[in-house]
Amino acid sequence: MPNGRHIIYDYLRTTKRFPHMWCPGCGLGTFLGAFLRAVDKSGYTKDQIVLISGIGCSGRISTYADFNTLHTTHGRALTFATGIKLTKPGLKVIVIMGDGDATAIGGNHFIHAARRNLDITAIVINNSVYGMTGGQVSPETPLDVRTTTSPYGNVESPFDICKLAEAAGAAFVARSTVYHVKLMERLIGRAIDRKGFDVLEIISQCPVQYGRRVGLKSPVEMLQWQKDHAVTQEKARGMSEEDLKDKIRIGALVDNEAPTYQEKLDAMKQSFKGVE
Amino acid sequence: MATTGKSKTKETSPSKTVKVYKGWCKRCGICVAFCPRQALETDKDGYPSLKDPRGCDGCGWCELMCPDFAIVVEDAKS
Amino acid sequence: MQKAELLQGNDACVRGALAAGCRFFAGYPITPASEIAHGMARELPPLDGTFIQMEDEIASMGAVIGASLAGAKAMTGTSGPGFSLMQEHISYASIAEVPCVIIDVMRGGPSTGVPTHLAQGDVMQARWGAHGDHPMIVLAPSSVEECFRLTVEAFNLSEKYRTPVVILTDEVIAHMREKVILPSADEIKIFDRRKPTQPPEWFVPYRDPGTGVPPMPAFGEGYRYHVSGLVHDEMGYPTTRADEVDPFIQRLFHKISRDFDKLQWGEEYYTDDSTLDIVAFGSVARAAQRAVKQARERGMKVGLLKLQVLYPFMRRKVTKLMRNSPTILVPEINMGQISREVKRVNQGKCKVETLNKVAHETMTPQEILDKIGEIYA
Ligand SMILES: Cc1ncc(C[n+]2csc(CCOP(=O)(O)OP(=O)(O)O)c2C)c(N)n1
Ligand code: SF4
Ligand code: SF4
Repeated sequence: MPNGRHIIYDYLRTTKRFPHMWCPGCGLGTFLGAFLRAVDKSGYTKDQIVLISGIGCSGRISTYADFNTLHTTHGRALTFATGIKLTKPGLKVIVIMGDGDATAIGGNHFIHAARRNLDITAIVINNSVYGMTGGQVSPETPLDVRTTTSPYGNVESPFDICKLAEAAGAAFVARSTVYHVKLMERLIGRAIDRKGFDVLEIISQCPVQYGRRVGLKSPVEMLQWQKDHAVTQEKARGMSEEDLKDKIRIGALVDNEAPTYQEKLDAMKQSFKGVE
Repeated sequence: MATTGKSKTKETSPSKTVKVYKGWCKRCGICVAFCPRQALETDKDGYPSLKDPRGCDGCGWCELMCPDFAIVVEDAKS
Repeated sequence: MQKAELLQGNDACVRGALAAGCRFFAGYPITPASEIAHGMARELPPLDGTFIQMEDEIASMGAVIGASLAGAKAMTGTSGPGFSLMQEHISYASIAEVPCVIIDVMRGGPSTGVPTHLAQGDVMQARWGAHGDHPMIVLAPSSVEECFRLTVEAFNLSEKYRTPVVILTDEVIAHMREKVILPSADEIKIFDRRKPTQPPEWFVPYRDPGTGVPPMPAFGEGYRYHVSGLVHDEMGYPTTRADEVDPFIQRLFHKISRDFDKLQWGEEYYTDDSTLDIVAFGSVARAAQRAVKQARERGMKVGLLKLQVLYPFMRRKVTKLMRNSPTILVPEINMGQISREVKRVNQGKCKVETLNKVAHETMTPQEILDKIGEIYA
């Protein structure tokens, strides 16, 4: 059966109906494929993985993959993840969120999970918009873009998710686009392999609720846009701030070693044993 | 994972074939647009199909990019 | 033999939780519930349990649910404002059938209200605060000893029915110190959630085994399944099919209501020959007990039913009183929340009198006695 690359079929739930619920050309499916291949390479068994998602189109990812899966509430996936990780530190806990999910309603949970440096991989699928609820403005929608709730143009400045994560204390921060599918897979793999709180921002396309509002008429045009606007870290080093202005840096942006929450907890618990 | 035990049969062109699961394909056009060899085309119903079997070098890009797990590149049966 | 201890209500809740096997606590500081967090922060780590102070109460409840899904008995403690924030996830725990315990130490509201004073204003919030139609178990201790016992029972019920259980105490019960002799570990009955008894391949996570409560594996035990806050089919996958949604919601209610008769927990005093019965809970029940005694001394045939279970509302016990007494008096420190339930089950059988106080002070036995006198006059 599987021919090397067909590994994804081993991880999709055969008990779940396909095709999946996402729109034609949506980046979520491509991400899911890369994610499953990265998990396969990571060496973790299906039973060791807990895949947690929030609410939104991105939230539906957990339904399709054959792990311990948890579809939580809007914005709060990381809080559930915290309880799971602290109870069963041996499990690999991976959280997938939308941009609204992670940075609007879940912004507080996001920065605090990063601050704690919990051993959790947090992946934010950034499609610049609220997909599921009908194309409303998100904290990631660029200035001036017209959405269903910014009909005269967005007057709010977006967050840089990666900078936010870094400032909050995330140990590993990286970004990829869906177009850079192999980089995306590698970065997911790296994040899974690492300890500590890892944040991965995936620039994804929502052709239905976003693309057509910014003049990108098809998934193909949106992927082309990603290809044209992404610059790798290596390339960015040789570029001026001016040149980098409308570009998206991709690759590993932050990679720090810091004691994790669990390590500090274990050290504390060790001290009790000393007392006895 | 097990790979196919094809090594004994010498690879002859065309060595690769593309399979499309039409029940899952949503006809988004991504695979056709981004195939590095332009080996795919859209058929009359909007589904991708291999233009010329010799054009596909088996890079697997379409398989990686397809959002619907609907296209796979396989070794052609001799 | 266990020795007598001087304990505060909040401490007794901590002790009860630990005795029940609680090994996870997530919370956010709030008066008058903070001592519960203090106790858990002190006691849990040496027991290899986890205490975490989260960024808010929504997060606390999320962490509690996560811990429970991973196999721990988990709890949080809060007061009115925090309890409101928790409702989103109490609703989640209800639909996803995740055992957990929430202690709400009621204080004067609405909003920040009078944080240091007592009230009983969260009864309806405990029952209906979470969105959507859902069953709810709410317990209400009225002594330090009951804080211990009902916390143990809250865990037992949550494990048995796979449902969130709320304990409503109030500022007085929480901070009151009483001498208690807590039972030893072997005197306490503990109920642990049922686990699947078949190999993973044959496990259908939300199939009703006949009791209405599907067995619940912990994440990581080999039973990979999907947990969701969407109405789901037997596999756990989202469904909108009427023939799946309806039986699912029905089961959520039925798994608890089928044991309705077993949940009539209350203590009765002098109800054999009473012509006026008081129905009360929490700290007010203590005042009522004293008032009843004094009324009896004065020859008035007054009885008391002290509710320990507020929800599902103990209609069996309450309507039994209604058959014998022409009048029921419901004193409470709110504008009338439990009295609504009493009136609801009364259906015109007898007269329901209320005594409400919202100055956020203890209700005194004298105030109740005065009301009894009024009714008798
Ligand atoms: C508490 C709460 N508020 C609002 C919603 C409605 N809601 C569902 S998904 C969503 C936004 C989704 O956008 P995003 O997180 O960016 O994910 P996407 O759908 O784009 O993947 C909202 C507002 C909700 N489910 N819960
Ligand atoms: S609305 Fe957008 S994000 Fe949601 S499935 Fe469709 S394309 Fe994807
Ligand atoms: S990328 Fe996939 S879904 Fe899109 S047209 Fe090609 S096979 Fe079909």
